[in-house]
Amino acid sequence: MTSNPYLFAAYAATWIIHVGYLSIILSRYARLKREIEELKNNSA
Amino acid sequence: MKIALPILIVLTVILLSYAGYMALSPNGAPTEQTMGNVQRIFYYHVPSAWTAFLLFFINFGASIYYLIKRSPAADIVALVSAEVGVVFCTIVLITGPIWARPVWGIWWTWDMRLTSTLVLWLIYVSYLVLRRFSSSGQTALLAAALAVFGALCVPFVYFSIWFFRTQHPQPVMGGGGSIDPRMLHVLLLNWLAFSCFAFLVCWARYRVEKLQRDVDEAHAMRSLMDLRNRRQQRSA
Repeated sequence: MTSNPYLFAAYAATWIIHVGYLSIILSRYARLKREIEELKNNSA
Repeated sequence: MKIALPILIVLTVILLSYAGYMALSPNGAPTEQTMGNVQRIFYYHVPSAWTAFLLFFINFGASIYYLIKRSPAADIVALVSAEVGVVFCTIVLITGPIWARPVWGIWWTWDMRLTSTLVLWLIYVSYLVLRRFSSSGQTALLAAALAVFGALCVPFVYFSIWFFRTQHPQPVMGGGGSIDPRMLHVLLLNWLAFSCFAFLVCWARYRVEKLQRDVDEAHAMRSLMDLRNRRQQRSA
C-alpha cells in the first residue's frame, strides 16, 4: 500500500462526503418513520 | 426484492473494497512514473466524474419523461439522480484540486474544464435549491425545464478539453490518449463499484422521497378532515 498526504486526503474526503450523505438519508428515514407512527397513533 | 437488496449491498461493499485495494496497491495499478503515488487519486476522481455525468443524464431522461407524461415517479427519479449526481460532482471538485496541488503546483486554475465543471455543479445545486425552497405548484415542471438546460452542459464539460487549450489532461476514453491496460482495468473496476454504490444510494433516496410524499399527503388529508369536522360542528 502507498502513503501520500494528498492521496490520503482525496480518498478520505470522498468517503467522508459519501458517509455524511448516507447518514443524512438515514436520519430523514428515521424521522419519517417516527412521523408515520405519530400519524397512525393520532388517527387510531 | 427482499433477498436481492442485501445481496446487492454485500456485493457492492466487496466490490468497493476490492477496487479500493487495487487502486492503492502497486499489485493492482502500477505506480505512474512522473507523478508517483499521488496519481492514484485518478481512480477516485475520474470514476466519480463519470458517475456524476451518468446521473445527470438519468436526470435529463427522467425530466423529459416528466415533461411529456407528468409522471410523479419520473419526478422523483429526476430529483434523486440530481441530488446523488451533485454529491459525486462535489467529490470531483474536491479531489481535483487535491491532485492538482502537488502536480501543477496550484489548487485551482480558471481553465475551461475546471470552470465548466464548477458551472455544471452550480446549475444542479440551483436545481436542488429550487426544488427545496419553491412552494409553487409548478416546481416540478420548472425544475424539469432547468434540468434539460443543465444536461446540455454535461457534453460541453466533457469535450471542453478538445475545444479549448487547457491545463487538464486529455480524456481517457475517446481522447486519443494512451493508458496502461492495468490502469484502465482498475479505473473501470472503480467505475463499476461507484456505479453500483450510486444505484444503491439512489434507491435508498427514492424510498425516502416516496415516504416523504406519502407523509405530506397524509398531513394534507388530515388537515382537510379537521377543517371539514370544524365546519360540521359550527353548522350543527
